[in-house]
Amino acid sequence: MSAPNSDYDPVEVTPLHPDEIARVTSEALQAVTAATTLAEVKQVRIDHTGDRSPLALANREIGALPPQARKEAGQRIGQARGEVAQALATRTEELEAVESAARLLAETVDVTLPTDREVVGARHPITTIQELVADVFVAMGWEVAEGPEVEAEWLNFDAMNLGPDHPARTMQDTFWVASSGAAADGPGAQDSGKVLRTHTSPVQARSMLTRTPPIYVVCPGRVYRTDEADATHMPVFHQVEGLAIDEGLSMAHLKGTLDHFARAIYGDTMTTRFRPSYFPFTEPSAEVDLLCYVCHNEPSAVASCRTCGGEGWIEWGGCGVVNPRVLVACGVDPERYSGFAFGMGLDRTVTSRYDIADLRDLWDGDVRFTEPFGVGL
Amino acid sequence: MKVPVEWLKSLVELPAEVTTAQLADRLTMYDLKLEEIIGGGVSGPLTVGRVLAISPEQQKNGKTINWCRVDLGAQNVDSVPDAPGDDVASRGIVCGAHNFAVGDLVVVALPGTYLAALDFEIGSRKTYGHVSDGMICSTTELGLPDDASSAAGILVLPAGSAAPGDDAIVLLGLGDQTLDLEVNPDRAYALSLRGVARDTALAFDLPFADPAEAVTLPTGDGGYPVRVEDPEGCPVFSTVVVTGIDPTRPTPDWLARRLTQAGMRSISLTVDISNYVMLELGQPNHCYDRAKVSGDLVVRRAEAGEQITTLDDVVRTLTPEDLVIADDSGVIGLAGVMGGASTEIGPDTTDVVVEAAHWDPTTIFRGERRHKLPSEAAKRYERGVDPALTLAGAARVAELLVELAGGRLEPGVTHVGTVRAPAPVTFAVDLPARISGVDITPELTQDVLERNGCVVERDGATFVVSPPTWRFDLNDPYDFVEEALRSAGYENVPSVLPTPTGGRGLSREQELRRRVGHVLAGAGLTEVTTLPFVGPAHLDRLGLAPTDERRRQVLLANPLSREEPGLTTTLLVGLLRAASLNVGRGHDVVQISEVGRVFLPAADEVAAPIYGVDARPTAEQLAALDAALPYQPHHVGLVLVGERERTGWDGPGRPAAWSDAVAVLRRVAQVLHVEVAVRAAQVAPYHPGRCAELVLADGTVVGHAGELHPAVAAEHGLPGRVGVGEIDLDLMLAAAPPIGPKPSFSTFPVAKEDLAFVVDEAVPAESVRSALAAASDLVESVRLFDVYTGDQVPQGRRSLAFSLRLRAPDRTLTDADIKAARDAAVRAAETEFSATLR
Repeated sequence: MSAPNSDYDPVEVTPLHPDEIARVTSEALQAVTAATTLAEVKQVRIDHTGDRSPLALANREIGALPPQARKEAGQRIGQARGEVAQALATRTEELEAVESAARLLAETVDVTLPTDREVVGARHPITTIQELVADVFVAMGWEVAEGPEVEAEWLNFDAMNLGPDHPARTMQDTFWVASSGAAADGPGAQDSGKVLRTHTSPVQARSMLTRTPPIYVVCPGRVYRTDEADATHMPVFHQVEGLAIDEGLSMAHLKGTLDHFARAIYGDTMTTRFRPSYFPFTEPSAEVDLLCYVCHNEPSAVASCRTCGGEGWIEWGGCGVVNPRVLVACGVDPERYSGFAFGMGLDRTVTSRYDIADLRDLWDGDVRFTEPFGVGL
Repeated sequence: MKVPVEWLKSLVELPAEVTTAQLADRLTMYDLKLEEIIGGGVSGPLTVGRVLAISPEQQKNGKTINWCRVDLGAQNVDSVPDAPGDDVASRGIVCGAHNFAVGDLVVVALPGTYLAALDFEIGSRKTYGHVSDGMICSTTELGLPDDASSAAGILVLPAGSAAPGDDAIVLLGLGDQTLDLEVNPDRAYALSLRGVARDTALAFDLPFADPAEAVTLPTGDGGYPVRVEDPEGCPVFSTVVVTGIDPTRPTPDWLARRLTQAGMRSISLTVDISNYVMLELGQPNHCYDRAKVSGDLVVRRAEAGEQITTLDDVVRTLTPEDLVIADDSGVIGLAGVMGGASTEIGPDTTDVVVEAAHWDPTTIFRGERRHKLPSEAAKRYERGVDPALTLAGAARVAELLVELAGGRLEPGVTHVGTVRAPAPVTFAVDLPARISGVDITPELTQDVLERNGCVVERDGATFVVSPPTWRFDLNDPYDFVEEALRSAGYENVPSVLPTPTGGRGLSREQELRRRVGHVLAGAGLTEVTTLPFVGPAHLDRLGLAPTDERRRQVLLANPLSREEPGLTTTLLVGLLRAASLNVGRGHDVVQISEVGRVFLPAADEVAAPIYGVDARPTAEQLAALDAALPYQPHHVGLVLVGERERTGWDGPGRPAAWSDAVAVLRRVAQVLHVEVAVRAAQVAPYHPGRCAELVLADGTVVGHAGELHPAVAAEHGLPGRVGVGEIDLDLMLAAAPPIGPKPSFSTFPVAKEDLAFVVDEAVPAESVRSALAAASDLVESVRLFDVYTGDQVPQGRRSLAFSLRLRAPDRTLTDADIKAARDAAVRAAETEFSATLR
């Protein structure tokens, strides 16, 4: 603060002397630096930039200068005040950051506390694998076909070249819908013409009956056989079947499709092999085996492999060239078109990959069975 | 089909270096799949011994072992000073069993013997203070079937059945291996050594001599007189007569061993010969005691009520569908299935009529099932027996009766009927290559088919093929493709990915069902799959009224369980069963869902028609099939037990309630963009005051959700209040619009108004909410945020508090706009529901 202007000198005003300005500026900057809290910064701001601060008072003295000196003094003061203001701002920012950090630190929680209040859902692996398989085929340009589970006998059997005296049509394997009016186990009980489909093949028949070739469809779904439930049998299980009808299709296209399917599900090193077999709806027919995905049929590992029982291969499903009799029954011209079909169980695909020893686990509904799968496989 | 390898090798000269495993592998790739290799598990010096002396020695562990001196003939060592008895040439062996005595014949595994049953090689070892020079074996250790000795200890051979030093592997047939092959239904011919041998010769490219052709066929008339009255059922019938047999002679070891290895028991010489010929040639046959047959043999259908006592001593009542062999006394045999007791060969039989016939497969198939009488003969007939084989079959039986039973073949033969030759099939010579994708030349096809017994004529680009009489599976051109491919090798099929012209991806329904699955999992529900079999008791437990539609089930003619005679009409049966199981296993929180079908019979059930297969059914015929089927929609069901939100460190838990079930199903509707309204309903198995029905815009009720009736919850052992729900997903999917609603929103400022109304308790909150929403165009949304009953409102009324968001699409609202909208909302509530603003 300047002394009373008793010995007024229009040229030399002490508060505006460069040395004095430098001194009070330096004092102010030191005070800013010395402030360690925002409250202290606030006090520094009042002391060194407030109305009564040396710089403010000095500023007021400018008017006392002769006009030719005012500009220089004004600049000097302005610069000094700017310097101090900048220092205050910087210090404020620093201290705010420090104090904010400290405040947040004080809010520290135990991040290991559980976050499990929401009930978490899961999808059944059988649902997921059906979608997975469908996606593999959809990616190849196939479509997914579906049909009823209570099915017409004609579609389940006759259309599939399973004649009336085929062993699969006896009571041993097939659930028959009771004929209305007949006693459940009496004569005529099976005259309903309806069965619980024993395979997803009637969906193939329906596809041929409702579509025009070329036909490429895959049919995942639930099927029924009269097996008592035990660890390795269930009266209800899931299959996926595929059907391709086009000009010029052969067993080679079947093999190519199954190889691709196998690699999509089991990885790029998977291969399949054909063994001759018999199915009424295909001719030639084959069993398709997967290379054992545990021992890979490596000579050093295959003998002791429990997954494939030392075979090196795992039975996967049945397949073949569609029997022309099936084509005829379903209205496809066998002279122009040929086709192939395949089918495999999905339940065992799941149980063997996840070492599930008891098929009943798929059906009991114990949530601990499904939960580990989440929404994938 | 069990095929003794030794027997097979007697019919095909396999190269010596072919191992049994290689044989099996090759046959597997020839459509005769190996099930297992039986036997052959013993190798090395397994030797017959005679026990010379036994010295029982008590051990410290309390056991008594027998220190034995055993005579092993040529396998003896000169001296065993340590062993009991005189020190003659013999071996010393320690044995823990006690069921044998000095002088018994036993089987000794000398050092170097490998026993598969134990999976180790026997060595000489020091045990119990002696050097035991081998092991005296039990049936189990030898891998033999259990017999009386098995429990007692070691196997003691019958006195005089062998001599010390004999090779016990040969004696017991332990070196022989048997292939158990799976014979597919189309390869009936392979249910015989003849058929397997033919395929083996083909598979190894070896010459084949048909054993049927080695049989000398009797000629001339004068066999036993036969009358076939049903040539459809019995196209061919042959008999020869053998006299003067001695049926009490023992069956030779070689024949008994082959039978045993092939899985049949040796019973008596005549039965064994009959079975042997069936296995060898595939021709089932039957021997009658000629003295017990009166008059001609007649093949005919049975008369209703006729009876026969079959060889298994069961009296069977016959129907006119049964094909029988009869004589003057009545029915004496069930054709192709089983013979009768009245003409059975006995110990006093001397003269035998041997019958070998061909029967209609379907007749046999049905008869076998009607009488629940599966037999080896029927198994062959129903799949197809070579009709040209009857005479050779009968002659082969006669041949063996002469050779082994001391009989005399009577001159003359009866041979009734004619063998129908299979129809020739015409196909293009390149068909096998085209269909298999393998480079099969016409020459290869012709060679393979000829070696299979076909007569092949090639006419340029066409084959005309006449299959042999034993092949019932060669009817269509593709059947010959399989035959050619079998020789060309299934392993040579190349891998070629077809190139479809492009699919349309998942159908709309498929895509929407996936959405629903993900929403359910996202809502915290664990998906289960349950069995659909349900009975009245399950529906009782749901408390369904006697007239409830869901009691009408699709019933099964042959359910696995009487308690579950039909298919389910509601997913709740399975879901509640699963929930009970989980609770029973100690889970407090069970929130499960299922997407599956239910089965609802049509109002008037009709049988589904059966059509022919020679042409596509007409559209009307196909529609009739579908019309006969029950409605089988996919449903979504859910059960919520326990806390919906778990108790935690940051707040108390919240038990699942009726509202959670409604919320999940509303969420399902929402992802399908289906508008559903919710109304109160009273339906089993729900709490009568806590059940909502979900209604589509057109008034269709798609399902229900709410709280499970406490009595039903208790019945299922479920604690607390249980949320349940079920909707018809197919109806929901049908109602889903092809595209969802378009986004539409205003960017002008919002005005928020909270309004609380006191209304009668019976007024549904949703009614008030929708009235407020409709009160003014400016109402953007209305959300109920509080419900209050208590001291502040009169008895029988409640307070509903709503927050309204007001907004205009085209301007900022003025105070006057807001007031007008608010007043309109209040007025609507007041006039429609006698509400008072709080």
